[in-house]
Parts: sequence; C-alpha cells; structure tokens
Amino acid sequence: MRRQTFVFACLALAAAPVLLEAQLAVRGDKLYTMSGAPINDGVVLLRGGKIERAGPASQVSVPSGYKLLRAKVITPGLVDAHSTVGLTGYLNQPQDQDMLEKSAPIQPELRAIDAYDGRDRLVGYIRGFGVTTIHTGHGPGALISGQTMIAKTAYDNVERATIVPIAMVAATLGEGARAETGKSPGTRAKMIAMLREEFIKAQEYTKKREKPATDKDKDKDKEPPARELRLEMLARLVKGEVPLLVTVHRANDILSTIRLGQEFHLKIVLDGVAEAYLVLPEIKTSGYPVILHPTMQRSDSETENLSMITATKLRDAGIPFALQSGFENYVPKTRVILFEAGIAAANGLSFEEALASITSSAAKIIGVWDRVGSIEPGKDADVALYDGDPFEYTTHCTGVVIDGQVVSTASN
Amino acid sequence: MFGDNEFSMTIPLIYRRWDVAGVKPGCVSWNDTKGMPASKHYILLWRRFMLLVTIALAALPLPAQQTPIAIVGAHVIPISGPEFDNGVLVVQGGKIVAAGPASSTKIPENAQRINASGKILMPGLIDSHSHIGSPAGGDGSAPIQPDVRVLDAINVRDARIQKAQAGGITTANVMPGSGHLLSGQTVYLKLKDGRTIDDLFIHLADGRIAGGMKMANGTNSRRQPPFPGTRAKSAALVREQYVKAEEYRDKIRKAAGDASKMPPRDLNMEALVEVLDGKRVVQFHTHRHDDILTVLRLANEFHFKVVLHHVSDAWMVAEQIAAAHVPVSLIVIDSPGGKIEAKDASFFSGAALEKAGVLVGFHTDDPITDSRLLLRSAALAIRAGMSREKALYGLTMANARILELQDRIGSLEPGKDADFILLSGDPFSVYTHVLETWVEGVKVFDRSDPKDYLYAVGGYGASHDQDGMILDDEEKEEQ
Repeated sequence: MRRQTFVFACLALAAAPVLLEAQLAVRGDKLYTMSGAPINDGVVLLRGGKIERAGPASQVSVPSGYKLLRAKVITPGLVDAHSTVGLTGYLNQPQDQDMLEKSAPIQPELRAIDAYDGRDRLVGYIRGFGVTTIHTGHGPGALISGQTMIAKTAYDNVERATIVPIAMVAATLGEGARAETGKSPGTRAKMIAMLREEFIKAQEYTKKREKPATDKDKDKDKEPPARELRLEMLARLVKGEVPLLVTVHRANDILSTIRLGQEFHLKIVLDGVAEAYLVLPEIKTSGYPVILHPTMQRSDSETENLSMITATKLRDAGIPFALQSGFENYVPKTRVILFEAGIAAANGLSFEEALASITSSAAKIIGVWDRVGSIEPGKDADVALYDGDPFEYTTHCTGVVIDGQVVSTASN
Repeated sequence: MFGDNEFSMTIPLIYRRWDVAGVKPGCVSWNDTKGMPASKHYILLWRRFMLLVTIALAALPLPAQQTPIAIVGAHVIPISGPEFDNGVLVVQGGKIVAAGPASSTKIPENAQRINASGKILMPGLIDSHSHIGSPAGGDGSAPIQPDVRVLDAINVRDARIQKAQAGGITTANVMPGSGHLLSGQTVYLKLKDGRTIDDLFIHLADGRIAGGMKMANGTNSRRQPPFPGTRAKSAALVREQYVKAEEYRDKIRKAAGDASKMPPRDLNMEALVEVLDGKRVVQFHTHRHDDILTVLRLANEFHFKVVLHHVSDAWMVAEQIAAAHVPVSLIVIDSPGGKIEAKDASFFSGAALEKAGVLVGFHTDDPITDSRLLLRSAALAIRAGMSREKALYGLTMANARILELQDRIGSLEPGKDADFILLSGDPFSVYTHVLETWVEGVKVFDRSDPKDYLYAVGGYGASHDQDGMILDDEEKEEQ
C-alpha cells in the first residue's frame, strides 16, 4: 500500500508543476468551510494547489497577483462517497461497463485503477456540479466484485487523478449477489458461508506468509505459500488495513453483515442500507459508518422500503453517514450528489448537515479527510461556487476549482 | 370467500363490498344446498341476498362531492391567468365553481371553508407519460399491436398511484412500454382512490374511454424477428400497417352504413382507424434527432395527431419540431446516457423548445423518474433557461392539451374539474412539499396523514399495494 501510494504521489507531482504556481482567490457572500461556522463575505486564498488561508473578507485581503473569482455561495469541492463513474461509462454499452466482472463471485484482486476512464463524459458532467473527489470502482452485483479507488475529477490520466489507489473492497449481500441458477451463491446463507470460508483462508494465508522462517522450517522444506493476489487482498481485509464496503439493503442482511464483520474483526462500511431505520441500535453499536443510498434512488425489489428521511434517522441515532450517487444501470447513468443532498435537506436534514454528507462526513468515511472535505489551510485547493443556495433546483454551480486550478466556469 | 357466515354478517359493509368487487361470476357455487337443514338453507339464501345487495351497492357510482368547499387565503397560480394572493377557490360537485381573489370572489354561505393561507394553490399536475399501475401492453408476438388496451392490465392498488398523488399528480397518461413499434392503446387516468380501474377512467363525450396510442422508434423496438432489425425496417412496418388501416377505413366509408358492405371486424384496424380519424393521439417515444424527424414524416404521410415523447435530442431539431406544429412531452433526467439514444439528453431541451415556439409538457416516465418529483423536472428546465411561466404551463395546461383534455383539466377555471394541489412554498423550490392533492373535489393525499406521509417520503411498506383501508375516507363521506 505504502509503496503504491508513493509511486502515485511521485507521478502526481511530476504531472503537476504548472498547477503549483497557480494563485487564486475566491470570495463569496456565504462561505461554508465545513471546519467551522459559515462565514459571511468570506475569502479563500489558494496557492500551490493548496488552501493558503480562509476567513472573512475583513480579515483576509486578496494579495496582488491573485486571480479573483466571486460567487454568492462557496463550499468545499464536493466528495462523492460512493460512485461507479469512470468504470460505468455513460453509453451503458458492454464496451464501457467495467464495474462488474461476472466470471466468479469473489474477486478482490480486481483493481479499480486498471479500469478507471477519466475521459468518460460523466466524470466531467458531475464535476460541473461541484464534485471534485469521487470514491469509485467496482460496483455492487457480486459477492466481492473488486477494489475501489479515490480520484480527483479534474484529470484524464488515471495516475494523475488517483489519490488513493486502493480505497476499499466492494462486496454485496442480498439479491445483488445472487448468482445465476445452479451457481453459487444461490442463497443468502450460502453468501455468508462463502465469505466466512474465504476470510478463514485469508487468516491462514496471513499466518503462513508472516511466520518467520526458521532453520527448522527450512530443513523441512517449508517455504511460505506462494503469492496469491486474491488471498493477499483478503488478508488485508482481515488485518483491518482496508475496509470492506458492503452494499446491503434489507434489515436482516444488514445484521448478517455486522455478524460477519464482528467475527473477522473487519473494518466495514455499510453501503446503500435502505432499511437502516429498522436496525439503528445495531448499526450504532457496531460502530460502522454508513454511506447511504441516493435520496432519490428508485424504490423497487430490495430497495422497496427505502425512505427519503433515513438520513435524518441516522443523524438522530448518532451514526456517521455520507450520501452517494451510487450505481445506476440505466437512465440516468449516474446521479449527482448535489441533487441528492438537496432532497435530504428538504426532508429533515439541516442545510449544513446535508452539505456535510457530501463534503466533510464523506471525506472522513472514505479516509481522505486530511486532504479534502473542508476549506482549511493546507488542504487541497478544491472549492465549488454557486449563484445561490446550492441545493435549490434553479441555482447554478458557477465555478469549480480542483488543486487550485479552475476546471469549470460554466453555469450548470 | 363467504365461507364463515357469521363473519360475513358482522364485518362492516365496506369490506364486503371490497370482497364482492373481486368475485368473478361463477366463483360462488349455487349447487351445494342438497341435504342441508332448512335453517342452513335459509342462511345461505340470506347470504345470497346480501351478496346481490352488496353487488348492487358496489355498482353505484361514487357520490360526487356536493357541499361546496372553499379553499381560502392561498397564493393562487391559476395557469389561465396571472397569479394572485389571498385567493378563493370554490368547488362543488367535483367541479370548479369560482377561482379569484378574495376581494372579488363570492363564497357560498353553506360552503365548508378550508384555510390555506401561507400555501400555494395550483391545478393538479398532469403527467403525460407514466407507467404507474404496473401496466403491460403488447406481448412478444408482434411489433405492432394496436388491439391491445393498457386499461386491461393496470393494478389499481399499485402503491405508485398513491406516490403519484403524493407528487401532486391528478391525471396521468398510463402507457404500455417502448419495446414495440406500437405497443397498444394508452389510458388517461384520474388519480382517484379507486376500487376498480373503471373509477379512474375519463369518459369522452362520445362515451369512449380517453386514451392515446403508444408508438416508439429507435433502439427499444429493434429486436429479433418478427421485430425490426433496423430503423428503415421499423418505419416500413409502420407504413405497411397504416396503409392497411387507410384501406380498411375507406371500405367503412364506402359501406356508408350498409352493414352488408362493411369489412369484417378487425380490432387492430379499428384502433388504427381511430388514429387516422384523429380520435386517438399517437404518443410517440423517440430520442435521436433523425428518429424524431422520422416520426414527423410518418405523421405527415398518414395525417395522424402525434406528440413526441422523451425527445433526448429535442434541442438539436427544435426548429423542425416547431415547423411541424407537434407538441413535445419531455423527460428530464439527472445525467445524460444510460442508453446510447440518451447520450445527448440535456436540461436545456425545455428552453430550446420554448424558444422555437413548441408546446412543451413534462413527464415522469415513472419509474424512470419518480412521480413524487414531477415539479422538480420542470424546475431543472428552468435551471437551464426555460421561463417559469412555460414551466408551470408544461406541468398543467400543456399536458392537458397533449392529452386533448384542455376543456376539463389543466387550469383553475370555473367549469373545469376540481383537480388542485396545495404546496408549502414555491413550486420550483427543492424545499417545497406537496401538502394536499384533490381530484374532482375529493382530497386524495394529505401529507399530515401518516398513511399518506409514508407514500410521500417512503419507508417500510411504502411500495406495497394499498389495502382495503383506503376506502375509510370514502365511507365517512357517504355517512
């Protein structure tokens, strides 16, 4: 993990020298930093791809040489806590759908970075609505479908776009994981049995790989087992190094997920969770955060009981949550978290709680809070500008800045 | 169904009506009394008598709302004229009696007054393209099936009808799908709390049930034979059927009422003749710019009335659509793509069509977009440059005209159906909720009622078919 991150960091730095020179200031009638109270007439200075300073215009003056952008409202760049954009192309044809490999039910070795297409039109589309960071990758639809990654939406090149190459491993429990007739898993109990078997294998693999080789072992010709990409990744799950992102909707499946997580001490992130409101105490006790389904997701099959007010119930229960754009298999090919948060704000969340679900809370749950999700000195210079209340249907996102670079000034 | 006599005698009448409505002739056996004691025989007779009584009761039309109701104090968006504050809407017998400012509108003395100050009052929304009620039209046997009526395949207890009411929709064009060149006859429904689908029908002056004809081109109807494999073949198959229909119509005309000269009855041809005669508007699913022009070409050749539906590429050919004087029923989706034909779908279509002078209505295509969010679709069109006035019109009168029901619905004018909604705020604000939905003078949705609230926001059971309890309110009114 560390080595990969380092390689990506080097590549990123190599591709970015021009951006580091950029000096930009944004000034808004209302500035939501998400690291403190909203600021009236706020200014943010951006330099070298990072946030230099933020505060009221009375205290933060714009130095000469800084290009100035103005807006009614400024927020941190939006963070989509779970998407499949970049792997699920907008045409929805077999050649642009890379979120699901159906050859086997458990394939944690599939890397998202090997499939991400930063040029897909949907990446630019959501960027136009203020989305600067996406947690994307393999989708729901297999017991373990593969890895996820975290990317900035500004870049075509995957090496440049990636900020976390392996964010989580995506799993599904319930209808979505059911294999075709005659193949496993065919039932919910089988799903759990298969996962338990895999995690036990991963525990044994870890034990064997990490056992110091003694002379005695060598005598007996006992070499550590050969590398297996699949078990390697599963081992990182059981060691708690990488979270398991479990897309799950029905209440009983949520409880199965918690049971599985506790048995193997997994770091679990609950995803979707249409019936979360039926098992709030259990979720709260588990300590697992929730990446809630899009507020406007269609209610059918397993999601038939979803509710637009689940976010408020998670809030009331004190469970950390973020919103997501999710996975769509038809029209529209992706949702937009700005819109989803708006509907949540109209159904019980306060404005700032809804905004947190697509900025600060999202960044914390996907593990990139040190870089994005708020406007604070030292963080990435990602901001979004609007000509009014960002959640209003008729407001426009009028500017997007990523790593200090203005990537959109269209009125979307 | 009536196996336990005591049970059937004690349950409230309203439930028995429910049960009876579901009984098919022949379900009750008339041959099981042999060897019974006289008392039991008597009971059976009594049961049969009650069965007949309840059937008779069930067959009575629902009582129309008689006491005048006055909704007072709201900001009114009548659509037929400028908006005004402190308005009065008087409804009686399911119709609008008066709509105007409080200063100039008389409220009948016996009217039940409902205070709506602080709220917005506007006509019930019309959805010109929906699939609520889980309808299915044509089957896989042929690409063109004009004989199929979607009204024969609607689940009146579908929870999505309740959700549509929660979204402020009072009339919907329920369509069969787009997997056929012609998938059947559509039906225009009033979203009442119906016991049977018949309760929701709109009857035209000539007695027919209001509805259109669903057609489609582009990729959805391209399938394995006998379905077409190409766009040109799609158009050829359609032309072939319409040429036949013209010939069939000509035979009928020639017969001039002489039964012996009439062609044999053909349900497919009869339905297409309705289209040729302008009695049934073609509601045409189409996306790509060239497919849109193909629709205009076909409509021009066979002189049928047509409305373009979805129309992803509308903004590319807005001038041509305007020149053909063809209305558009528009869908607004959150992102482009999801299918090749929708790759260029844009919030901008509404504005482009308005500028070109096209009549534009909005639709949900439920379940593609949610019936509870139809207002949102028009709001997103405003976001991309459409005027507020035309966006409001697109949710109401434009759709009334698209369904040719402009004399009955779509605006708050005396004589029109008392279909209206109360909103908590501006129709195009995300924070606004539909508070109440009224159809023909009867409240069918009330956000403050927990049962209705469940449909409005979702939750456990919100997608389950409604149960018999739905008649509670109606029962109260009858008493």
